[in-house]
Amino acid sequence: MTAQTMFEKIWNSHIVADEEGEILLYVDRALIHEGSSHAFAALAKNNYKVARPQQVFAFTDHYVPTTGREKGVAGIAVDEIRNMVIGQHENTAKHGIRLFGFDDPRQGILHIVPPEQGITQPGLLICGADSHTSTHGAFGCIAFGIGASDMTHVMATQATWQRKPKTLRITVDGKPGFGVSPKDIILAIIAKIGAEGGVGHAIEYAGPVFRSMSMEGRMTVCNMSIEAGARCGMIAPDETTFAYMAGRPFAPKKGAEWDAAMAKWKLLPTDAGATFDREVSLDAAQIEPMVTWGVNPEMAGAVGGHVPDPKNAPDERRRSDWTMALDYMGLTAGMALTDIRIDRVFIGSCTNSRIEDIRAAAEVAKLGRAVVPAWVVPGSKVVKAQAEKEGLDRILLDAGFEWRDPGCSMCTAINGDQLKPGERSASTSNRNFRNRQGPGGRTHLVSPAMAAAAALKGHFTDVRDLIK
Amino acid sequence: MQPFTTLTAIAVPMHEANIDTNQLCPTRFNKVPRGPKYREILFYDSRFRPDGTQTEFMLNASPYDQSGIIVADRNFGCGSSRETAVYALYEFGIRCVIAPSFGDIFAANCAKNGLLAITLPEAECAALRRQLQDKPGAKISVDLSAQTVTDVEGRVHTFEIHEVRKRCLLEGLDDIARTQQYAEKIAGFEKGYYKDRPWLGAAARQG
Repeated sequence: MTAQTMFEKIWNSHIVADEEGEILLYVDRALIHEGSSHAFAALAKNNYKVARPQQVFAFTDHYVPTTGREKGVAGIAVDEIRNMVIGQHENTAKHGIRLFGFDDPRQGILHIVPPEQGITQPGLLICGADSHTSTHGAFGCIAFGIGASDMTHVMATQATWQRKPKTLRITVDGKPGFGVSPKDIILAIIAKIGAEGGVGHAIEYAGPVFRSMSMEGRMTVCNMSIEAGARCGMIAPDETTFAYMAGRPFAPKKGAEWDAAMAKWKLLPTDAGATFDREVSLDAAQIEPMVTWGVNPEMAGAVGGHVPDPKNAPDERRRSDWTMALDYMGLTAGMALTDIRIDRVFIGSCTNSRIEDIRAAAEVAKLGRAVVPAWVVPGSKVVKAQAEKEGLDRILLDAGFEWRDPGCSMCTAINGDQLKPGERSASTSNRNFRNRQGPGGRTHLVSPAMAAAAALKGHFTDVRDLIK
Repeated sequence: MQPFTTLTAIAVPMHEANIDTNQLCPTRFNKVPRGPKYREILFYDSRFRPDGTQTEFMLNASPYDQSGIIVADRNFGCGSSRETAVYALYEFGIRCVIAPSFGDIFAANCAKNGLLAITLPEAECAALRRQLQDKPGAKISVDLSAQTVTDVEGRVHTFEIHEVRKRCLLEGLDDIARTQQYAEKIAGFEKGYYKDRPWLGAAARQG
């Protein structure tokens, strides 16, 4: 048999039908959130039933408030936002879909909860109503975001029409330096290949850096595959994956079930000699803590560097894009990134709100006191409880950080958590697009440790100078 | 879905690369039910000041308030999977976007809503944008069946599109109805799939 990539193995095992290269793929799990209201409206309009309600999982995350939760859903002040949460409850109840809702002790972000609960597993095909569904590929599965029409289709048929993307392997060799986090690694990858570098491709991240990375770190990396334009990113399952999976509520039960699953999972990694359509490689030793300075995630540099001068852009297109970006961001060409003063800090989002992220932030926070408003929004109630068990909430609160309730919060900024016009944030989220964190808001993407460091200083700073 | 066959319309050039779906539909409007309100939502933060007055953004004034086509640069529609970005284009009257590349999810969302996303080489897109810049309000023509774009100067550019996607757009096919013809095949697939993976069928039901 010819050598296959992990992507091809999983893809091939989900093919139901083929119409001249348009492939009907079986979907193991569909993940939805409050914003899937458009898909439910389309189901209702056409009188479609949900084909496999037990394979659809709903999460309340985009619209939930991150304070004042004790008042319940009725406590959500804005009618339109409250109605999104209520509407989701009604729609999921009507169709018999499991909801990790507002009051559920497992509530949290749709890319945080499924891995925590063991819903995300190696070898699956997962479709989510959110572009960051790529996160789940960290377990060695094909996971990608789809729009409302495609989600309507998945709910009505448990299948999806797709064309096979090309494959791209990104190998990071060597060992990351002290103070360099998974977030820095994925920001460095995007800076190298560009915001459209992965368009039309499925990425596999390979090499020693990912092998020695925790599941939390792998999820951060796969999460931002979409910021390079790739619909999905994946990392081969290994002992780290299996150890993480064991004992989770939806994971295979110890014994015959687990053994059967393991036998299959171990066959998933890319065969030696399999070829990819494209290969890219980086040296981990060259990667430093990163800060974005522009309006898409490829506009990023090492914290010791400077805001680039559009005059030095490699081509006309980037010259005009950089000029526009500096104008929006209110930055001067050539200024040191460490001279950029910030107004707010946001530590959270499906990119960086897992327990390791909270630990990394607390590790830095205990060295000083926040001089700007700094929010920490854990990704789920499970993360929140774990952090509190470890006393991380106390460390953060004592350092002047705010400890809030789980949700997407200021990453997507639709629950009312947002920047004011002109405000500048150090944010652990995934998109520095214009107006993303609120109209007129200016976003710099960083790791949790770098965000906490910026909170203590009021400007960007090399976290390695603090924790050395 | 409204079929797409041919279109001759005013085309607006957009020179910036990486125009993301947050710009096409700012997140706070995602909760708006599908409908005519999306006409105003398209590029809202570029078109309106915080006090609600209109900016100089090109879509606000003649001739581009009548645009039916956008000619863009690379990676148009990158970012979020929000289909509201497509609803906004559609309600504004945009039925076709021409660019060197598209966000994958955005392109899929276009196809499901009767919008044609055409990929042309970077140099051809740049040439089209230059022509439109020189003749504001000029029209270009698109023929899906022939897979051609006729530019302002009458030059014909051909584009590639997958046969199935083309047929669905030409006929305005609802693909759920099409897939439901595969219901038996899906059920058959499941039998083999779960026989091989006994832990999965059960796992979906616990927790």
